Amino acid sequence: MFTCPLPITMRDKVLLGHGSGGKLSAELMRDIFLPAFTNPALCRLDDQAIVEAGGARLAFTTDSYVVKPLFFPGGDIGSLAVHGTINDLAVGGADPLCLSAAFILEEGLPMETLRAVAKSMGAAAQRAGVPIVTGDTKVVDKGSGDGLFINTTGIGIVRPGVSLSANQAKPGDCVLLSGYIGDHGIAILAQREGIEFETRIESDSAPLHGLIGAMLAASPAGAIRCMRDPTRGGLSSTLNEIAGQSGVGIVLNETAIPIREEVRGACEMLGLDPLYVANEGKVVAIVDPVAADAVLAAMRSDPLGVEAHMVGTVTDRNPGLVTMRTALGTARIVDMLAGDQLPRIC
Amino acid sequence: MRYLDEYRDAKIALSLARRIASRATRPWVLMEICGGQTHTIMRYGLDELLPPEVELVHGPGCPVCVTPIETIDKAIAIAGMPGVIFVSYGDMLRVPGSRSDLFEVKASGGDLRIAYSPMEALKIARANPDRRVVFFGVGFETTAPANAMPVWQARREGLTNFSLLASHVLVPPAIRLLLRQPSNRVQGFIAPGHVCTVMGYREYEELAAEFRVPMVVGGFEPVDLLEAIAMLVEQLEEGRAQAENQYSRSVTREGNAAARKLMFEVFEPCDRKWRGIGPIPMSGFRIREEFARYDAERVYDVATVTAEEPPECIAAEVLQGLKKPHDCTAFGASCTPERPLGAPMVSSEGACAAYYRYRRNPLVKV
Repeated sequence: MFTCPLPITMRDKVLLGHGSGGKLSAELMRDIFLPAFTNPALCRLDDQAIVEAGGARLAFTTDSYVVKPLFFPGGDIGSLAVHGTINDLAVGGADPLCLSAAFILEEGLPMETLRAVAKSMGAAAQRAGVPIVTGDTKVVDKGSGDGLFINTTGIGIVRPGVSLSANQAKPGDCVLLSGYIGDHGIAILAQREGIEFETRIESDSAPLHGLIGAMLAASPAGAIRCMRDPTRGGLSSTLNEIAGQSGVGIVLNETAIPIREEVRGACEMLGLDPLYVANEGKVVAIVDPVAADAVLAAMRSDPLGVEAHMVGTVTDRNPGLVTMRTALGTARIVDMLAGDQLPRIC
Repeated sequence: MRYLDEYRDAKIALSLARRIASRATRPWVLMEICGGQTHTIMRYGLDELLPPEVELVHGPGCPVCVTPIETIDKAIAIAGMPGVIFVSYGDMLRVPGSRSDLFEVKASGGDLRIAYSPMEALKIARANPDRRVVFFGVGFETTAPANAMPVWQARREGLTNFSLLASHVLVPPAIRLLLRQPSNRVQGFIAPGHVCTVMGYREYEELAAEFRVPMVVGGFEPVDLLEAIAMLVEQLEEGRAQAENQYSRSVTREGNAAARKLMFEVFEPCDRKWRGIGPIPMSGFRIREEFARYDAERVYDVATVTAEEPPECIAAEVLQGLKKPHDCTAFGASCTPERPLGAPMVSSEGACAAYYRYRRNPLVKV
C-alpha cells in the first residue's frame, strides 16, 4: 500500500498557531483575508489603517482580547483591551480619540468578574484620557466561549506631517526599543501554569501614546520611519515584519537588548526565547540616525521609556532577514516563528 | 545570573577558542551527540569561533527527531479517542505523523494539553476520574526517570485512569552503531551532559576503550561546549582516548542512582526503531509486564501502522553526522519548520531546525 509521505501542507482546519502572530497568522492574512477584502488602506498591513475623512487623516484599528487568565500580575483583560488598542493607534502616529468596547460573555460568568473587568477598563480609559464611547454585549451558551472575550476598536487623528509605515525603513536607520522585553508573556505564563519565581513578574501593559507623542515631538518630520508595539510573537516577529515590508536587513546587538533578570531566568527554565515573548507596553521605532539621539533622549525622559536602548541597525545586507550579533561576536539569524513557541522536552 | 552568565562569558569563550586553535594541528571531526548542544552551537555561532581544523557534526540526540513515525500515529489515534485527555510535552505536537499531527487532533476537538512535567498528567488524572489520561513520554535516559515516576506513583495510589505512551531511546547503543559504520568520520564525541546526569559516565568509559575514541561529557552553555571541544582536541593531539567530564557541576561518574533505580523498576531495555535510522538492538525502553495496565500501547488497541519517510528527506544521514542540513535539496525549500518533511526540522533540538532558525545557509553573514 502506498502511504502518502507528504507533510501536512494544506491545513483544512484553523489551528491555535494561526492566532500566534507568526508565519501561520501571516498565511491566514495572505490566503484568506487579503483576497476577500483587498483595498489600499488594508494592504499597508500596519497595526492601524489610515483613512482620510473631511481633510483629516483618521487612524482606525481593532483588536480582540481572549487572554487567559482574566486577571494577572500587572493588569487584567479589561485594562489590556484599552491599552492594546490605544497602542495600535499611537504607533501609527495618531492621537487616540475614543474607543468602543464589545463583550462576548459566556453564560454563567460571575457578575463579580464582569464588574471588576468593566471597572478596570473604565479606570484605564480615564487614566489614558481616551473615553469608551460605544459598545455592545452578546451572551453565548455555556461551553461556547471561555468566560469573557473583549473587542475594542479605536479611532485617532494622525498628527500633521507624520507618516509612519513598516515599509519605510532605510539602510543606516537605527532600531530603538523602549525597555525590557518579555514581561507580559512571562507574567501570563507564570500565572497560567502556577509557576512561582522569587520575584513576581508583572505585565508591562501600559498606554504608549504619551511616550510616542514625546518621540514624535523630539524628531523632525520623516525622521521616525516606523513604529510598532511588539505584542504577540515578540520583538523578533515585529522586526521580521518590518524587514520584510521594507526589503531591508536588520542587525540586532544581543548585548543591547534589555531583558529583566527574572524574565531571563523564567525563559531559561521553560525553554523559551525572550525575543519571541509578548510585550504590551513597549514600542520599537526605526529612526533616521541623525535624529536617533534626540528620540532616545525623549524616550528616556518618559517613565515608560527609562530603559530605552538602541538595539540594532538597518542594513542593505540580507534583505528581509533579521540577524543578531551575539555577545560572543558571532552572527545568527533571528527568525520569525511558525506558530506558538513550544516548550521543549528537556 | 549565577550558573549562566559565567558560562556565556565572551572573554572566557574567546580564550577557550584560542586554546583550541593553538592545540589543533590536524583536521579533527567531532560530534556533539545531544540536540540541545547543537542548538547552543548554532545559536551562539560557536563553529565560527573554531579553527578550520575542527569540524563539528551533529548527532542523533534529539528525542523528538528519533521518535518513530508509527509512535506519532499511535499518539494521534489515542488522542482522538473519546473520553481521553492526552498530555504531552509541547514540541511533540507539531511532529508530523503519516497523515496529520497532534495539533490537528486538538483542532478537531481532541482534549490535548501541554505539560512541563509528567506529574502534571497524574494531577489531571486525579482531578478527572471519569476521563482516561494518557501521557506521551518521549526522550532519552534524561527524561526516563521523570516519565517512570507517574507510572510508579499511579500504581502506588491505585489510579486506574492513567497510562503512559512511552517511546524511550538510549544513547550508547546509537554511538556503537555509528562507530561500527564504515562511513563513520567521527573521531571524538561530546557526550550528552543531561543523559550522564542520570546515567553517570561509566558507559562512555567503556565506549572510549572499546573504540579508542575520546569522549568528553559536555554541558550546554557556550563555555561548556568550547571547553569540551578543547579537551577532545587535546586528547586527540596527544593520542589519548579517555572518557573525561567537563560538566562536573552536574555529572558524577556514578550518576543519579535513585533516579536509575526508579527507571529500571518501571522500564526494561528492548530493541527500538529510531526515526531516520532504523532499528537498533536494545536501544530503548519498554514498560515492564508488572506495569502493563499503565502501558498505553497495551491499554488502547493501537494498530501498528507502517509509514514511509519522505524519500527526499535525508534525516538519517543528518542524524548520523554524515551530512549537514543544508546539504539537503529540500532544506529551506520544500522543508521548513512550518512544513517539515522530517523530524529534525520540527524540534527546537533538531539539527535542521537549528540550522534553519539560526543560519539558513552557511553564507549568512552580518
